[in-house]
Amino acid sequence: MKYAIAIILVAVTAGLMVVGLFVTAQAGGTIGIAKGSALHTAKASTPDQALNNLLADVQRRNWDRAFANVVSTGGITEPAFIQDWIGSNGSVRSFSSLEGFEVRPLHETNDEAQMRVHLHFSSPVGPIEDVRDFHLVREGDLWKAVWPKVEIPSVPAQVIPVTYLRWDLVTGSAGDEWGAKNVDSPHVRIISMNAVDSAQGSVVMGEVTNEDTVPAFVTVNATLVDGAGNAIDEESSFDKIAHVLLPKQVTPYRIDFPNLSLKNVKNVHMDVKATLVPASADPVIGVMNQKIETDSQGKSVLHGDLLNQSGETVNIPHVIVSFYDNSGKVVWVSDGYVDRALLPQSTEAFAVEIPKSLAPSIHNFHVVVNQYSLNNS
Amino acid sequence: MARLLQFFSILSLGALFCGVCGAQDLHAPSNVTAGEDVALPTSGSGKATFYLAGPGISQKNDVTLGEEIRLSGQDLRYAGDYTAILCSDTCHTATFYVTAAKPASVIFLVHPSRVPVGQNDAVSGVAFPFDQYRNLITVPENVNFQLSAKDASLWPRSIRTQNGVAWFRANSGKSAGPVQAVASLDDLSAKRAVQQVASDPCNLRITGQRTPNGILVQTEPVHDCAGNVVPDGTIVTFTATGPNGKGTVDAPVKQGIARAKIESPGTSVISVASGVVMGNEIRLGAQP
Repeated sequence: MKYAIAIILVAVTAGLMVVGLFVTAQAGGTIGIAKGSALHTAKASTPDQALNNLLADVQRRNWDRAFANVVSTGGITEPAFIQDWIGSNGSVRSFSSLEGFEVRPLHETNDEAQMRVHLHFSSPVGPIEDVRDFHLVREGDLWKAVWPKVEIPSVPAQVIPVTYLRWDLVTGSAGDEWGAKNVDSPHVRIISMNAVDSAQGSVVMGEVTNEDTVPAFVTVNATLVDGAGNAIDEESSFDKIAHVLLPKQVTPYRIDFPNLSLKNVKNVHMDVKATLVPASADPVIGVMNQKIETDSQGKSVLHGDLLNQSGETVNIPHVIVSFYDNSGKVVWVSDGYVDRALLPQSTEAFAVEIPKSLAPSIHNFHVVVNQYSLNNS
Repeated sequence: MARLLQFFSILSLGALFCGVCGAQDLHAPSNVTAGEDVALPTSGSGKATFYLAGPGISQKNDVTLGEEIRLSGQDLRYAGDYTAILCSDTCHTATFYVTAAKPASVIFLVHPSRVPVGQNDAVSGVAFPFDQYRNLITVPENVNFQLSAKDASLWPRSIRTQNGVAWFRANSGKSAGPVQAVASLDDLSAKRAVQQVASDPCNLRITGQRTPNGILVQTEPVHDCAGNVVPDGTIVTFTATGPNGKGTVDAPVKQGIARAKIESPGTSVISVASGVVMGNEIRLGAQP
């Protein structure tokens, strides 16, 4: 009797191990959407299994085994493959980890397969979703992913003179007379505001400009008020705004009120706060080749390229876009983080999604690039 | 008859009490200035206790009736109502008001510290005269306000204080640069500076040319409508629309001119804006 508990534990453990093996086999054999898991099939006899193995190894950062599941016809090396996944230069990707993935087959023959994978990354700026198409080929009994050569921007050694303005703040000494050291806060103004209902709740958005001649750190808050004059909810623009505005610069802002309908809202009180802040006019980032296109999933997406025209690495570029209808009204504000660092004098592509219902009414757009550099933080 | 007797009885008692009052009395001064020594005459004889309560002071002293109670200027530094109480057999109360001394400083607040040129009633200033004990002087005083730029007087005005405050509102000037605001009262003065800055850009114009790397576009010197050069660092947005889509660069003004490089290989229309101000458009042919 005294061995009963031990025997039961051993039996249950053995049972779970058998079930585990069974579940692994089931996962490998799933047709259609396969959810990402950390389970690894010893032999990838199907494209699903091969891709699941590859992504599971990437999740575990088991790079040698992951790279063994790759056909490097494009000449990719293992370090480049690793850098493709873990990022570099303090980019968002270098602070992210692959949380999960969903694999969908697109096309499959006996020797080749095309798979689409939804990748879910966790990052300091929130969850990041990515969609990648993988081409797999069969080599003997095994399926492997074809990995194209990753173009890692390399910057030649050079000297780039920076002569743009920088603003510093000097705080007056404590002994100064009352009223002698007042420096006013920057004058900023909300130039447009629009409140709409969306699938996730209410959204208040628009644009704000710095009308002053000094930089401003700007935050926009909105309070929804009901018919009786009571505040229903109060939110701020958080990261959906370029907080540091140089003189005459315009930024979009968006304030989300999740799970709240505008039906009960009578008024929206806007409050914009601005404080003096040290700032630099460098780096200048150009936004090139901006175009609204429909992607492979049928979604309307604004694509473009960021061009860093300065000599400073922008570790985390952040793109905020205001979309206008044909009357010039802001109808939506989207944002997105670029997961690679923007090196000096180099470009990085970005894409920002547009809600399907709004895509036909969009007539124009304005892109603002917010930038975070580790050297300046 | 009984009523007449009652009346005379009350009158006699009143006279008796008044006699007691007259034996122990306290006389408050009619006009006291902050920081000055004061003597309060008393009447009667014997010992008494004197209490003084006022702004920032509360004290108790043993005094001799019939002698003056001397209050030092340090006890009466703060303007306001004071209560003096003299207690022997009974207590007598006297109140007096301490007014501020002569002006010793002028506090001068000017708002804003930066102002765009050509704005009506954009600059305001407030002056408060204080004595050496930091009491607000509420009696009317003439404060002279003076705005000057580059040694030229723009706006002299004398304004009388009301309840201790004198103020003005003024339009901003036409030229960017520092403006000195001075508030003076007798031989006292306080200086403040207001930075007049260029207003919104006006008549924003650009020129552009193709280079091997794209389009180099730049503004003409950016001025406001009064002809002031906008400050360096002001953001100018260049937008090139071509067959490859749209390209935008937010470029800061440097030495009065903003420049940007834009990649747009095809025929492109380039526009410019700064804040809410739009400029001209130019069209450049495709890259040869």
